[in-house]
Amino acid sequence: MTALIEAERLTRYYGKHCAVNDVSFTVAKGEVLGFLGANGAGKTTTMQMLCGNLAPSAGQIKINGFDLLDQPKAAKLNLGYLPDTPPLYKELTVQEFLLYCAGLHGIAKSSVTAAINRAQQRCGLMDVADRLIANLSKGFQQRVGIAQAILHNPEVIVLDEPTVGLDPIQIREIRALIRELGQDHSVILSTHILTEVQESCSHVQIIDRGQLILNETIAGLNRQMDTGTLQIATRLALDINSLLTIPGVSSIENISENRIKIHHSVTANPAEQIAEQIIAAGWGLQELTPVKRSMEDIFISLTKEHREL
Amino acid sequence: MILTIASREFRSLFLSPMAWTILAILQFILAFLFLTQVEAFTSLQPKLASIESAPGLTDIIVPPLFGNAGIILLLVTPLLTMRLICEERRNKTLSLLLSAPISNTDIILGKYLGTLGLMLLIIMLITLMPLSLLCGGELDFGKLFANILGLLLLVTAFTATGLFMSCIAGHPTVAAMGAFGILLLLWILDWSVGMNDQGSELFAYLSILRHFQNIQSGLISSVDVGYFLLFISTFIALSIRSLDNDRLQK
Repeated sequence: MTALIEAERLTRYYGKHCAVNDVSFTVAKGEVLGFLGANGAGKTTTMQMLCGNLAPSAGQIKINGFDLLDQPKAAKLNLGYLPDTPPLYKELTVQEFLLYCAGLHGIAKSSVTAAINRAQQRCGLMDVADRLIANLSKGFQQRVGIAQAILHNPEVIVLDEPTVGLDPIQIREIRALIRELGQDHSVILSTHILTEVQESCSHVQIIDRGQLILNETIAGLNRQMDTGTLQIATRLALDINSLLTIPGVSSIENISENRIKIHHSVTANPAEQIAEQIIAAGWGLQELTPVKRSMEDIFISLTKEHREL
Repeated sequence: MILTIASREFRSLFLSPMAWTILAILQFILAFLFLTQVEAFTSLQPKLASIESAPGLTDIIVPPLFGNAGIILLLVTPLLTMRLICEERRNKTLSLLLSAPISNTDIILGKYLGTLGLMLLIIMLITLMPLSLLCGGELDFGKLFANILGLLLLVTAFTATGLFMSCIAGHPTVAAMGAFGILLLLWILDWSVGMNDQGSELFAYLSILRHFQNIQSGLISSVDVGYFLLFISTFIALSIRSLDNDRLQK
């Protein structure tokens, strides 16, 4: 796996305010990285630095092996960027605008039409190709912004909040598009919508107050969601003391007469033994569910932890 | 790359009524001034005939016309250049250019050349007026050429100043005011030369008007041409620097 994006110890100051502090990460081909953070956490600043719109105060960025500072043109050739506000010339039609973008990215004359058609098809813009961008709805404008970012088939695609202002159907389409793009490109996606990350990303990073506080795969994140708690409901009242003797069970919480919460260690899951014992005792097992933390819980607890430090 | 930006800039000027309005108004005013000048010449003609080595048709009509065009363009150029970078920054479209594989120099030169395209068109339309005199008279083509060159250098300098102001200003109106202020100051700097200041030599050199008038009179010297080239490259370089600065701090 070759790393298409390498960011090393990125730091950015605005005056004395430190917006991004010592952030390092890599993204390989075929990965979709979700960049999560509260408002003002430093997401957009990081994105802008990755795309050469902002120079980092310290640190290094390599796109497809080219240093963004030493070889900006070679690095930017492999880069597609959708900023938080789509950069659109409202007085142009979609077709004209994409033609101009093709010129900016130096797409060869012979392949311009094919590239524009492909981008329009992928973003569902075929029907509005001849309309003025100013007259399009917010959702379509957002799609034109995405079309612009993928037009030149770049290795690295950076999308800053791509689904803002879209309706639910469009959001699903865009997420599917992102997953599709992720197969043979590197995609970085910033968002504060947590389900979006679960749906379309393979990796997650959480940034808070300029610092990276989590860098995980989605599978790893799912493991983190496992809290080591089981919720059990039965028809008859339970004998808690006998359940406590099962190895791995650390404590039991009584919610109501027929409903308890069992806390156990994360490594050894005693669900099987508990079920056997309840059935053997004839208490009438009705429900046994693992309690999962939602993505939001993780996000909130991580940012809280970080702020308390 | 430069040409891509330049051609878009040029064409987008004509997508709004801006360029058309300016072309129409300029043409109307200058045509009026041109006709007054022709009128003046016809009334002076009998007297001129009796003077030895009297000023000819070209001398009486062309320099005033091009001089007036210079003054009007001093007012108009800041309006044309004010949106170049400023508007892109306000509409957040600048990041499209910044993340494309083009250098800041390309961006600035592209924008500059795009606007110069319109300026060339304006000068061409102005030049058509004295050329129409060929129907019934003769022109001193050397002098006409000197005037065209002078006006061309003048507007390229105006445009460079406007572009720079558009780079540093936060709002197009501020950019227009700033550019107009600088240009007017440089234009009237010459007026203080009459007083016996110590700095008057410097002021005389800095004055745009003086260099423009030198070229207009038919005397194309390297000092004057050099002044304009220096002027233009200074403001272009400053514009590129200011765009670079965008990345470094905000």
